[in-house]
Amino acid sequence: MKIFVYIDHFKGEAQATSWEALGLAKSFGATTALVFGSSVDDVAKAALEYGADDVLVADDPALLDFRAETYASTLSAIASSRTPDLILFPTTTRTREFAAMSAVDLNTNVITDATAVEVNGDSIVVTRPIYEGKLFEKVTASAKPQLITLRGRAFPKPEKTAGKTGTITKVEAKTDALTTVEGYSVADVGVSLNDAGVIVSGGRGVSNNPSLQPPAGLDDKQAEIWRAHQGFKLVGELASTLGGAVGASRAAVDGGYIPYSNQVGQTGKVVAPDLYIACGISGAIQHLAGIRSAKMVVAINKDPDAPIFKVARYGVVGDLFQIVPALTEAFKKKLGK
Amino acid sequence: MKIIACIKQVPDSEAKIKAENGQINTGDAPLVINPFDEYAVEGALQQREAVSGSTVTALCIGPESAKEALKHALAMGADDAILVSDPALNDLDTVGAARVLAAAIQKVGGVDMVVFGRQTLDNGSGLTSAQTARALGWSLLGLAGQIKVDTLSESKGEERSVSVERVIEEGRQSVKANLPAVISVVQSIGEPRYPSFMGIRKASKAEIPVWSLSDLGIAAPDAIITRSELMNPPARDTSVEIISGESAAEIADKLADKLIAEKVL
Repeated sequence: MKIFVYIDHFKGEAQATSWEALGLAKSFGATTALVFGSSVDDVAKAALEYGADDVLVADDPALLDFRAETYASTLSAIASSRTPDLILFPTTTRTREFAAMSAVDLNTNVITDATAVEVNGDSIVVTRPIYEGKLFEKVTASAKPQLITLRGRAFPKPEKTAGKTGTITKVEAKTDALTTVEGYSVADVGVSLNDAGVIVSGGRGVSNNPSLQPPAGLDDKQAEIWRAHQGFKLVGELASTLGGAVGASRAAVDGGYIPYSNQVGQTGKVVAPDLYIACGISGAIQHLAGIRSAKMVVAINKDPDAPIFKVARYGVVGDLFQIVPALTEAFKKKLGK
Repeated sequence: MKIIACIKQVPDSEAKIKAENGQINTGDAPLVINPFDEYAVEGALQQREAVSGSTVTALCIGPESAKEALKHALAMGADDAILVSDPALNDLDTVGAARVLAAAIQKVGGVDMVVFGRQTLDNGSGLTSAQTARALGWSLLGLAGQIKVDTLSESKGEERSVSVERVIEEGRQSVKANLPAVISVVQSIGEPRYPSFMGIRKASKAEIPVWSLSDLGIAAPDAIITRSELMNPPARDTSVEIISGESAAEIADKLADKLIAEKVL
């Protein structure tokens, strides 16, 4: 079987699930990595170090900025001429778009968010969540190449072999574009929710600290948001102490406490950390759907009847404004930070 | 501008969904407009307001019952609605849906902008917007948190362009394209407006045309992806251990020790 793995990167920074995809591909056989962009030698070299046998690079100034149409055309041309059986991708905003388009060109389709991939001879069966993790399905594609995007942290990350080399071949970039990228405002997002091993999340409860006195002159809504920001500072300190990411419930996002990009749950991000600490989150069914793949959930909530305790391994019934900072201090001491 | 908002009907997000004998059991959950698509309708209505003389048409593939989802879009303020319904469309995958939507958009004709939600709640693959753009040969402006149509160029007889702020993992990316374009929107576009009383009345009386595949002049696309098995998620070890103590510090200390011992850090 001929296997390609697309290495997704943003400005030369590879997305971690790309390496997980390489590791999975290598368990099936010889693997060619695909790297698109401009001046992406370092990404190509890293792909070899993470296990790729060789690399095809479409390196062109016109591919500096990701655009779905140019990346799709480049991929379609490579797939048409080199006829891989399987192309794996990490699931990212970019790969969803251009793999989707390329599938139209190639008369195939994409299977997204794979959590397991079984290869038996020529048949490839993929397990993926549907209804945002309320169910799982096994699916198969009847056309070649099979395009599969992998869910982050669903597959082990391979070891890096520093200095491992291999053939890097340049291939043609397709640069006919319909869109123009005018600029970026890159947020300081810290650890991304998709890659995070630890996520500390806040809910509506983070705005309920009665001991805080908001500055004078705020109306009720502004005072609520001010309180919530103080609460999310505590959540953020615990997250950064654990090297993790900050999440939020839909209630916190709808309340204007924190941007949508932090939202975990059915209408936000579906996450798979090793540890998920829910602070002041009651645990609506939509939120629980988003954290079903978390290995362990810890709940801190005032209400002992909150549904979040039903999915938690450890729980604290208490005031998050006391527990969360105490937990930060305890971890700082115990982890030597 | 002629704007189309593509929507789908899905089980309500509160639904307890189970796999039973290889079938999906959604219990007594009502079918509703896909919540992500409410943002698509909202985004489309915002653009109608921004560019005078614009119209918004809601477009849906589904059974007769999916008219209810279209009525929700009408009640929010869409001008009209079209249902594409055909018994041959029961096993569509996303590429198939994109080809059918593209044919319907071509049949409407003169469309400037097609707006999608980020993904559906059921399949959740988030591919259809990009695939519809590709099937039409139009540009995709994906994951837009903000849309701005350039209204000046029209007077100069130039092609009208649209700029969006894409919300991506790393932050925001501003991207521009000429119309016609396909846009998918995320929640930052703004909370979907509630259906007005007048809107609900109008929607309840609306006659929604139903187009079949023969109306579109296409054959049913073959599904490339097929499901072989349906599974409930593995049951979680639900026994919760409540950590208690005399003080926050004591509780935190115990909990930290537990989590370090569990090796989840």
